[in-house]
Amino acid sequence: MSDAIRTARGFVTVEELPPQGMIVVRGDLGLAPLKKAVTQGSGHPVPGKLEINGGFGGGVAWMSPDELLVFCDRAEASTTAETMTGTLGQAFALAVDVSDARTAFRLTGTGIREALAKLSPADMSPGALPPGRIRRTRLAQVPAALWFATPEEACVIAFRSVSDYVFDLLANASAKSAEVGYF
Amino acid sequence: MSRRLSQGGRLIDRQSRLSFVFNGKPMSGLEGDTLASALLANGQAMVGRSFKYHRPRGIVASGAEEPNALMNLGEGARFEPNQRATTTELFDGLSARSQNHWPSLEFDVGAVNQPLSRFLPAGFYYKMFIHPRSFWKHVYEPFIRQSAGLGQAPAERDADTYEHFHVHTEVLVVGGGVAGLTAALAAAETGAQVLLVEQTPHWGGRSMVDGGSVDGQAVEAFVEGLLERLRGMPNVTLRNRLMGAGVYDHGYVLGYERLTDHVAEANGPRHRLWRIRAGQVIVATGAIERPLSFAGNDVPGVMLASAMRDYVVNWGVAPGERIVLATNNDDGYRTAIAMKRAGLDVVRVLDARETGGGPLMAEARGLGLRIDCGRAIGKVAGGKRVAKVAICAQKGGGGALEELSCDAVAMSGGWSPVVHLWSHCGGKLTWDAEQAFFRPDGSRPPTGADGKPFVSVAGSANGHLGLDGVLGDAVEVGRQVASNAGYKLKRTKMPVGEHEPHLPIEPVWIMPEKARPSLRAKSWLDFQNDVKVSDVELAAREGYESVEHTKRYTTLGMATDQGKLSNINGLAVLANALGEDIPQVGTTTFRPPYTPISMGSIGGEARGALFQPVRKTPMHAWHEAHGAHWEPVGHWRRPYTFLRDGETLHDAVAREVKNTRQAVGLLDASTLGKILVRGPDAARFMDMLYTGMMSSLKPGKCRYGLMCSENGFLTDDGVVARIDEQTFLCHTTTGGADRIHAHMEEWLQTEWWDWKVHTVNLTEHYAQVAVVGPKARKLLEKMGGMDVSAESLAFMEWRDGRIGEFDARVYRISFSGELSFEIAVPASKGAAFWRALLDEGEEFGVMPYGTEALHIMRAEKGFIMIGDETDGTVIPQDLGLGWAISRKKEDFIGKRAQLRPHMTDPDRWKLVGLETVDGSVLPDGAYAVAEGTNANGQRNVQGRVTSTYHSPTLEKGIAMGLVLHGPDRMGEVLSFPGTDGKTYEARIVDPVFYDKDGEKQNV
Repeated sequence: MSDAIRTARGFVTVEELPPQGMIVVRGDLGLAPLKKAVTQGSGHPVPGKLEINGGFGGGVAWMSPDELLVFCDRAEASTTAETMTGTLGQAFALAVDVSDARTAFRLTGTGIREALAKLSPADMSPGALPPGRIRRTRLAQVPAALWFATPEEACVIAFRSVSDYVFDLLANASAKSAEVGYF
Repeated sequence: MSRRLSQGGRLIDRQSRLSFVFNGKPMSGLEGDTLASALLANGQAMVGRSFKYHRPRGIVASGAEEPNALMNLGEGARFEPNQRATTTELFDGLSARSQNHWPSLEFDVGAVNQPLSRFLPAGFYYKMFIHPRSFWKHVYEPFIRQSAGLGQAPAERDADTYEHFHVHTEVLVVGGGVAGLTAALAAAETGAQVLLVEQTPHWGGRSMVDGGSVDGQAVEAFVEGLLERLRGMPNVTLRNRLMGAGVYDHGYVLGYERLTDHVAEANGPRHRLWRIRAGQVIVATGAIERPLSFAGNDVPGVMLASAMRDYVVNWGVAPGERIVLATNNDDGYRTAIAMKRAGLDVVRVLDARETGGGPLMAEARGLGLRIDCGRAIGKVAGGKRVAKVAICAQKGGGGALEELSCDAVAMSGGWSPVVHLWSHCGGKLTWDAEQAFFRPDGSRPPTGADGKPFVSVAGSANGHLGLDGVLGDAVEVGRQVASNAGYKLKRTKMPVGEHEPHLPIEPVWIMPEKARPSLRAKSWLDFQNDVKVSDVELAAREGYESVEHTKRYTTLGMATDQGKLSNINGLAVLANALGEDIPQVGTTTFRPPYTPISMGSIGGEARGALFQPVRKTPMHAWHEAHGAHWEPVGHWRRPYTFLRDGETLHDAVAREVKNTRQAVGLLDASTLGKILVRGPDAARFMDMLYTGMMSSLKPGKCRYGLMCSENGFLTDDGVVARIDEQTFLCHTTTGGADRIHAHMEEWLQTEWWDWKVHTVNLTEHYAQVAVVGPKARKLLEKMGGMDVSAESLAFMEWRDGRIGEFDARVYRISFSGELSFEIAVPASKGAAFWRALLDEGEEFGVMPYGTEALHIMRAEKGFIMIGDETDGTVIPQDLGLGWAISRKKEDFIGKRAQLRPHMTDPDRWKLVGLETVDGSVLPDGAYAVAEGTNANGQRNVQGRVTSTYHSPTLEKGIAMGLVLHGPDRMGEVLSFPGTDGKTYEARIVDPVFYDKDGEKQNV
């Protein structure tokens, strides 16, 4: 059973997911306390450049050379952030709960790459963006980050204030009869 | 009369009949027809009237180059003007109307221009309408607008949808003819990823009509074989009905896909704009036949020779019964042969060359056709249809030797490679004198960021007109491009094409060569814009030597077809008139798109609700349900006020202000920026960002701060809260959130990269509510939770805790002058928190208020607003905010700039309050006038209004403004002329109108 807040079914199914736990980490990604804190908070090691380990509920994504986004259980997010802050100790790094800053979406179906390629200028081909890789890009006029959890499941995060816009965009891009047949 | 032949037509299905309507008249066509072939099949020779002289016009071409057959297509919300009949696929129920005539196609009043044509020469509009100046707007322009323009503008909103699609590919091939298919295969065989696009619904291009053989098999079979192999390759994508529209820097190519234009009823998007990033582009766009410039070459029934055989071979349509063909090259004979084989009467072949052509001429002669060499068309006679042709010597002046009656004329002036996509991004051309055309100069290709070529050209587009040359070129280019893309080349078998050898073309730019002026004035170069040989020659005489200037003066090539048929003929005529060689004159610039693309496809999904993202706070839905009158603030929508039944905006705002001042109000302040600054060097960083001293702020305290740009101008303001020794939270204005975060990151990443500071933009993580008014504390105390007493939470302090059941951070800050708490809760709890405050506050008379009430209350208190009191030229000192600039600090961003003489000039206008003498409201932005006038004769000014409101609290107009020596002129009365004709008198006063001592906020 889907726990989605809302769903649109076209050639791809688009779901807005309930709030996810998200913690921003900033610092030197090679710092030992940072690595320890990230594993503690996400259950996964620090990912390489442009990569993501795990996903919603437990995972960590590379956001920039000094920024990571940890995914965790929403209810635990603020205590997890505090625990991580404790682990970081005196290191020059931070871990802050930002769960409510972004909204999460899930796309499922065989046409997910096509639907996203209508909105993002990033290369959506399986070779350029295999599972395990994350892209910070844009969807039409707003920033977003996305990755492919499996060949038929894509995850998207975008800022909360534009949730309606992003949901409508994704639903429109994956409307029936709008398949492209490219990927 | 044109008609459907009983046989032939490789693209039509004779079993599937389609009905359509042209100018209200029901007609029928076949599946596979274009609108043009169906019109011809119905005997419709005349399809529109020309732009300037309203001359009857017929179909000239069979593809994208068609200049005449432009239609108003569809009805109502699916109406679209200027659609080419030759590229419009017929579907059942299609409705088309011809353009540029009144009252009807057959009888047109505007045709009166025709006899007057000698009074409408090149540059007529420029010459005629320049004097007197005042006539342009009121007389000339309305008149010209009425008579000019081809199609009508749509009146209704477009019912269709459109979208974009982003693709990255190693190799893009534009053009699905033999060259494109062959090049695509050659590239794909190396393993390169290939996308091949073709603008028509069919593969194989011209070769399917023109024939020939490859490796001993017919070219159709060869194309089938190519397609089969390409379709079987996983690294190849073939798309038709997708035109390569433009080539841009960095391998960016726009493709225009027409998805549903060819069907009556369809779901899904109508057009899709492909935004392609290609490593390498192969242009295989073929060539276009040129018309011949003889008198009457625009009469309906005169057609390009290649188009004529397209209609016979592809659609089984005879363009006429009795045909005269004029050519200057061997290819034209293909049409004579095709017409004869279709059972039509080829009355005469006129070969402008004295000695005629090669094997194709012999073949035509063998079919019994009469061929006259060294002969030309002197004149075509006929009104709405070709009636007869006067024959003359090509070398002569047009004296008729003979007249032939006929109903169709085919013309072949040679071919021009379609070099558009090669040229879009800087590929150069070279004049090929032997073949009489411009072709791409392979030594000067478009180059990418690495200085290496990223566009190649193959086949006829590259100047190879025969199958043999086309195939060899295509294989070579395909392999070269794959090699450029980094793939290893394997051995490959070179296909060998065969076709009849051709004798050389003889360039004919004017027919006959010495045509007398009356003939030149009837020889069309640009059919769509009505430009004749005589117009270009006149331009040359009047001194227009540059082809670019001549184009604009005569409008040659400026119509919707962008001169696909006219450019080369036009510049050859210009070169001739100037006594120069064609390469010296050169071409005009080829610009994208290749043919017009729909505005809808450019907009893509961005229309209606998706036109622009609207940012919504967590309480947005509540506001919407409770009368919010929205105000756009950046991409946010904020309630300006909450309207109740029967209220005007003014009433509602006044109610909100009074209620907040007397009871308690709620403001959704979630849009304000909230940026976390943390690290060992955070305090030092804050001291640089703000003009004031932030490092001395104690944890638990708040301080108002100003930010300036490095030029000293005030750019943002807000309250800073110190969270702990290493952490600050900076509040910014709504519009400043992203900008200030970027500003901070820029300084940290570029100047102070070694400072240990991190920033996080938390704006969207929190919902923030201002609880404002004398009963604010009572409301929070009723909610329960943390202690919000004056002792525990003094003015300009903050505490973490709980308000009711919500985790909250409460700031005791005030932008209204009232007792005020700004409370941040996680955004996901924002809507619930807002409702809880409203429920619990009912007994205290709680009411939400909007941005206008916020503005009025801050103005009553004399608080400045970024964007009202500031405009990018204002420094804090202008606003009496010197107190917020630390003099103890060694430096801050903007400090040095504020020491510049202009910044310390005592004559800078300074902030004051303004109070009208009669209590009325000053107009916003009004200027205070001074004595005398300036150098431009304008009244001198000495100040301006920056904010102005009616204060419901004080029941009079209040305003702030910047005034010369303002603070020294208290009590003086200034005059502000309004745009309403009235002059407003206002007295200079203290900008703080309400509770000067701040007693109300400090309880």
